[in-house]
Order: sequence, then C-alpha cells, then structure tokens
Amino acid sequence: MTELAVRALTVVRDGATLVDDASFRFRTGELVALLGPNGAGKTTLLRAALGLVPPAGGTATLAGDDTQRLSPRKRARQASYLPQLRPLAWPSPVRDVVALGRFSHGAALGRLGDADRRAVAGALESCGLAALADRATDTLSGGELARVHFARAFAAEAPLLIADEPVAALDPRHQHRVMELVRSFVDKGGGALVVLHDIGIAARFADRLLWMRGGRVVADGTPAETLSAERLAEVYGVRASVEGLRVQIEGSL
Amino acid sequence: MTRLLTPGLLLASALALFAACLLGSTPLEASRVVAALAGGADAGDRIVVWSIRLPRALAAFCVGAALGLSGAALQGLLRNPLAEPGVLGVSATASMTATFALYYGLVAMNPWVLPVAAISGAILATALIALAAVRTTSVVTLILIGVGLASFAGAMMSLLMNLAPNPFSLSDMVNWMLGSVANRSFDDLLFSAPFLAGGCAILFASRRGLSALTLGDEAAGGIGLDLRRQRVLVVLGAGLATGGAVSLAGAIGFVGIIAPHIVRPWVDHDPARSLLPSAILAGLILVVADIGVRLMPTANELKLGVVAALVGAPAFVWIAMHRRTVVD
Repeated sequence: MTELAVRALTVVRDGATLVDDASFRFRTGELVALLGPNGAGKTTLLRAALGLVPPAGGTATLAGDDTQRLSPRKRARQASYLPQLRPLAWPSPVRDVVALGRFSHGAALGRLGDADRRAVAGALESCGLAALADRATDTLSGGELARVHFARAFAAEAPLLIADEPVAALDPRHQHRVMELVRSFVDKGGGALVVLHDIGIAARFADRLLWMRGGRVVADGTPAETLSAERLAEVYGVRASVEGLRVQIEGSL
Repeated sequence: MTRLLTPGLLLASALALFAACLLGSTPLEASRVVAALAGGADAGDRIVVWSIRLPRALAAFCVGAALGLSGAALQGLLRNPLAEPGVLGVSATASMTATFALYYGLVAMNPWVLPVAAISGAILATALIALAAVRTTSVVTLILIGVGLASFAGAMMSLLMNLAPNPFSLSDMVNWMLGSVANRSFDDLLFSAPFLAGGCAILFASRRGLSALTLGDEAAGGIGLDLRRQRVLVVLGAGLATGGAVSLAGAIGFVGIIAPHIVRPWVDHDPARSLLPSAILAGLILVVADIGVRLMPTANELKLGVVAALVGAPAFVWIAMHRRTVVD
C-alpha cells in the first residue's frame, strides 16, 4: 500500500494564505475527488502535497518520505502527476509522449528498454490509443489528447495518480471515458486523486469526496455522507436539490 | 531514413571540409590536397592546406556546430523554435566584452586578450541567467532577461563605436561584430576548444531532460525532471559553447535557429535526438557558406556573419510566421 499523507499543510504566497491547515490522506485502492470552487486552493494543495511548492507549515509524506526532501525522480516513481492540460511544445508522436512517462525509470526516447516498451504498449492499449500510436499529437482531438496524458501517467507504473481537472474541457462522452480509465486504474490496485468540477461525475465515480473552500478542507467522506444541498450551498454558493447521488443545480445564491 | 541522418550529415561535412581545402584563390587539385594532408607534397601546398584553408574550414565547422547545438538545446529548454544563443543575450554580451578589449587597445598587448574577453562576456551573461534560473520558475522571465542583456550590449557597442578614437579601431570592431573565420589558425582553434568541448558535453548530458520539457515545465517536473538543475545545465552549456564560438568567429546569427528547424521533422520533433544532427548540420552550413564567401568575386571579402544573416533572417521570419503550436 502506498499513501500520501498531508498534515496541517499551509501555503502562503505574497501574504495570501492559499491553503490553510489542510489535512487528508489518500492511498492505493481508492478514487478520491477533490471538489471546490475556483480559487479554493485545490491546485496549490496538490502541488504543495507533492513538494512542488514549499509550504509555510505542515508536512506531506509520500510512502513515508517527506515530499519536500524527495528527489523529483523518486517522487515520480510513487505518484504520477497530471497538471491542468497545456499544449505540447512539439508535434511529437503519441508513442513518444506516452514513453515520457518512463522518464523516472531512466528511459530515453528512441532507445527504450524492454520493460519500457512493454509499459508503453500496455498503456497505449488500456487507453485505446494503439491505433493512434504513430499520429502526431497536434492532429488529435481534445478527448484523444486527454487519453494520451493518462496513458503516459499509466506508463509510469506509479501506484498513485494525481490529476488536476483532467476532464474540464471534454464532451460528456469523453468525460466518462476518461473517468472510466481512472476507475479501472484504481480497480487494478492504483490510487487516484482527481480534481473535478462536475459534482455528478464525482459522485458517480469517486469513493470519497474531499471538499475545499477558502483554502481549507471542509469535508471529507463518501459521497453518501458528504453530498447534500447544504454542502453545495456552503462550498459553491449554489441552490441545488440532491436525491441520493443525483444532483440538480438550480441557481446561484 | 532517420537512421541515415547523422551518418549522412557527417559524410557531407567531411566532403565539404575537403572541398574547402580544394577551392580558393589558387585552386588545388584533389591529389595535391590529399598529399598535403598526408604530410607530403611541396611546402607551399602544405602551408596553403594546413595553415590557411583547413584551420579556417574547421573553425567554421566548430563555430557552426557549437551554435547549432546551443540553439537546439535552448529551443528544447524554452520550448520555442525561435530560441538561440542570441535570445539569451549570450552572443551579444560576448561581442560586447570583445569590443571593449578592442576599444581600449588591450588586444595589442597579447593575442589571447580578445578570445578571453569574449569568453568572459559569455560566462558573465550565462552566470546572470543561471542565477535567475535558480530563482524563477518562468521561462518567459529568462527570455526577457536575455532581451535586456542583448539590448544593453547593443547600446554599449554603439557607444564604443561612436567614441572610437580612429578609423582603424572602428573597422576592427565592425569586423568583430559582423563575424568571420578568415585567417584563423590552429592556435585559435585550440584556445577555444576547451570551452566548445565543455559546453557541448554539458548540453549532451542534459538531453534527456529536454525531451521531458516537451510536456511543459510543470508536467516535466511531474514525471521526475529536476527543473532547476536542467535549466542551469543548459544555460551553462550553451553559454560556454557560444562563448567559445564568439571567441573564434565573432557574432554569427541564425544558424542556431535554422539547423534545428530542418532537423526536427527527421527526429520526431524530439529535442534530445535533434542535438547531434543539428550540430553537424549547422557546422556543414557554415563550412559551405564560408566556401561561398571565399569564392565570391567581390573586391572585399564578404563577412561570413553577413551572409548567414542575409540567408538566416528571412528564414527566421518565415519560421515565425508558420508556427503552428503556440506555448507560453
């Protein structure tokens, strides 16, 4: 079992407290959705938890190691991180982008070892990209590109996956397609922490919801425990009706 | 096809270097050049080949290779096909310190003053950028610092030229700013060799990280790249290689943009795999351009840097206008 444990993490930048005393744990075998309005500090929390930005207080450990002191390479072996999608610098072939997931294993493009080749082929297959392997990435649709990024995360064979708004710009079918990929990664023994804005999708796919507002983690529990009309009003400032896991947002407050 | 790229470029470069020994104001036959290269032939032929044509052609090749390699590496680091040593202000600062040495007549004291001045300028610019690279995570900031350095260096050079005490030192400075490999000797080559070799070795050592940067800074960090170390390595390597190149030939622009641009489609747009072929192609381009400069029937020999800019600047504009992906 691999666990990311965040204890009382606080991040301050230019005098503004972006993350305020946040604590949570997340481990292999669970799919956790991180929810909260824009500016709630979700991305900063993920970055600080991974040791990419220095915290003003608190600690984060990944598989027992303090992430502030972890080398980038060791960190990448434990957790794949998919930041919010950005365009790629070059029109590289899909296979090369996926192979970059093997970077932390020492792989160099064009000279992959057997284990790297197998991991890349497996990741392409599981994301339904085998037929697109030789296509240039600048010819792909947004949905296909999102799958390429997940394939590169899976190719890393790290036990944990942390993805920041991976389905934000996708059509409903691709949103479900990507979340199904994440779900099957978790069902095969991985752990995933995913920032989502679609509460319905979060409730449908996640084992646990982590709610953030104003830099604080305000609730942490299963969808059944934490999803309510009051919670949506408190966190997002919206009027909504909730029936079981079905959410109908009726307007802003 | 891709596998033949590097051997093909090497073969073409060897042929171009040989051709550079054949051609000139007194054309030599191939058999005489071969004999002179092997140490035979008559003394006159040996001097023409070993003291004039070969060192000049090798200097053009080394300068091109260093600039092509630096350009390819900087493009990978900055994720921008228009980056080159000029963008970071390294060439300009190196030229500026060389111009200083010329202005104050320091060059007359010792023949090594000029190369040392150029290299110290390049290292000064490199150190400034390396310092900034440790403090910032933004590539745009690095580019802007480079623009600032280049503008300052340009202003300083104009000032020195305004104040030039006599037409002779003015013409020296102009020669340096325009860039040329005329009259280079093996001694000149040997002096810049450690900087060229050291810079190129550092750039090659950083190549895997350049592939990773295709994903963008944040994602590259996510897959295990140490961003700061990567930036320091590339800036240092490019600084040393460019300083060595400027010390040998003055400021020669654009070859560091064009060679990687031609190479990239052949290597699946992977910055790491573009390094070696870009270096060889850029060296080849300058050797061929220098042969052209020597053969052109003009009263005064054209400067290599001028020819490079005449061809390179329009190509630069063309590449800029046809960019597909825009990042940052």
